[in-house]
Amino acid sequence: MARLVIEHLSKRYGETSVVKDLSLDIPQGEFLVLLGPSGCGKTTTLRMVAGFIEPSGGSITLDGRDVTTLPPWKRNTGLVFQSYALFPHLTVDENVAFGLEMRKVPAQEMRERVGEALRLVRLDGFGDRLPRQLSGGQQQRVALARALAFRPDVLLLDEPLSNLDAKLREEVRVEIRELQQKLGITTVMVTHDQDEALSMADRLVVMAHGEVQQVGSQRDLYERPAGRFVASFVGRSNFLEGSLTGPRRFTSEGGLGIACASDASFGKATLALRPEAVIIGAEAEHLDNSFQGVVEYISYLGSILDVRVKLTPQDRIIVQIANRGGQALPAVGERVRVGWPQTVGQVF
Amino acid sequence: MSGAVIFGRSVGRSNLWRSWRRLALDGAAFVALSFILLPLVFVTWLAFFKQEIPSFPPEGYTLHWFAAILTQKAIIDGFVMSAEVGVAATVIGLALGVPAALGLVRHATRWSGAASTLLLMPLVVPAIVLGTAIYVAQVEAEILVYGLGYEMPVIGTIGGLIAAHALIVIPWVVRLVTASLAGFDRTIEEAAKNLGATPWTTVRRVTLPVIRPGIVAAALFAFVISFSNLELSLFLVGAGRTTLPIAILQYLEWKIDPTIAAASVVQIAVIAAAMLITDRFVKLTQVV
Repeated sequence: MARLVIEHLSKRYGETSVVKDLSLDIPQGEFLVLLGPSGCGKTTTLRMVAGFIEPSGGSITLDGRDVTTLPPWKRNTGLVFQSYALFPHLTVDENVAFGLEMRKVPAQEMRERVGEALRLVRLDGFGDRLPRQLSGGQQQRVALARALAFRPDVLLLDEPLSNLDAKLREEVRVEIRELQQKLGITTVMVTHDQDEALSMADRLVVMAHGEVQQVGSQRDLYERPAGRFVASFVGRSNFLEGSLTGPRRFTSEGGLGIACASDASFGKATLALRPEAVIIGAEAEHLDNSFQGVVEYISYLGSILDVRVKLTPQDRIIVQIANRGGQALPAVGERVRVGWPQTVGQVF
Repeated sequence: MSGAVIFGRSVGRSNLWRSWRRLALDGAAFVALSFILLPLVFVTWLAFFKQEIPSFPPEGYTLHWFAAILTQKAIIDGFVMSAEVGVAATVIGLALGVPAALGLVRHATRWSGAASTLLLMPLVVPAIVLGTAIYVAQVEAEILVYGLGYEMPVIGTIGGLIAAHALIVIPWVVRLVTASLAGFDRTIEEAAKNLGATPWTTVRRVTLPVIRPGIVAAALFAFVISFSNLELSLFLVGAGRTTLPIAILQYLEWKIDPTIAAASVVQIAVIAAAMLITDRFVKLTQVV
């Protein structure tokens, strides 16, 4: 268990940069999630930490030990693969013992630690089975036990839940997170699933095109996204195009004058607005920003409704309302009032 | 109502069609299998005939010819020799063929295509031509070594014979091992390295055990190919030291009594036993 420091890490393949100047300081015990769409460089970063890809530049240190050029087998990182990568010819016990065997742990201690690791993932009693005799979720837990049994400095998770079905995924999510906290092991997880990322991380790194877009807590990313990419990738956002026309004043393409919290100077800008931050109905009247609009479309999604409101021919926003049951719901074609406080709009 | 009738009839017709196809397939399989098995059946039958000159119908049956094999020193010696050469050629073939297959599959370069064709060449060249070529090459090698001031016999030695057999065994090993590497999930090798295994340990503990069925099948094929080879051995055996196929051939030049059929039955039984034993450990139908 260790502090993982990545400094100015980069990876180029010929002319294409896959990871550009990435620096992260991950303290002992932190659960860090690299979040981004496929091709953003998150997996490449993880594989560089594990030692399977040689960086083009920068350094990786584990507790002050420079591992940048070490081969994978000398790094002491525990990697859980997306496909689990269990050894098909070995039993569960033998799979979990593999890392201990490589470290020449004495037989007696090895047995104890294998048992302990399997208990940790609630698979005691499964030691004699072969991987193919286990369900996907069980295989996933064996992979986790195998990666933890030899007490790695850092646990690396490469999309560990993407092969599980939706219901199981939520369970295993909690399980992994609780286990990580119990062991206090420094963990880096890679995922493209924002729910997964938000529910598990201490801290998140949003990546796109090989670059870090934002580093922060769930709340930082959601309430203060650093740019349009983060605003659209983490949660949903309405984007109104327009320009800043005065201090704390945004004018949309359709000519709406909107009060906003931006101190930025004049010029073209985008206003991002979370669908659930917008109020619909009479109570919208007294807010900083209050406009008339027409309901164009309604998606009834059960616990919530998405209502698309046309404010001007150029400006449309989606308003999310919680379905409490029994309340009056807007209808398509109806004129409604929508509004939001100036603090909730983000200008980029 | 009429729709249902038409529907029913079309179902009936498709069932009929399916059973016809099934019948045709079974028939074709039967013909092919008979074609393969008929010589074996006749040889086996012949081995039990009472009369010395095989003719139909048999005058009676006897186990005499199986006992007669034991009196034929050439056949016994040939059997032992073939077994020795077969085992040695198999070991060498695996030692060279398995790494070759791994290299070809794992490290694709622009030479891989040429290299894999080269490795299959011994299968393409007619065995008799290959035998002549190896014979000439071995003569040249002996002359070359002699010219350097050393005396190392090559022609007619068991070493020379084993080397030649290893050559014809390699294509089979390469092909079978390559096939078993086709569906290999390489992330398990990464997992091994992540857990602390060096590349060599990874090959030893993960790669080879996982492709073991392919290797076992390759070993079996290699042995059978070597054991039953006639053409190469004809050129390369030393005086008075023959392999089983040559011993059988030489015997047939003078006599055609059922002793030879009995020897063949023993040879078939040995190979069949090898296959059955192998199949207990590795399902051959999975790899071949």
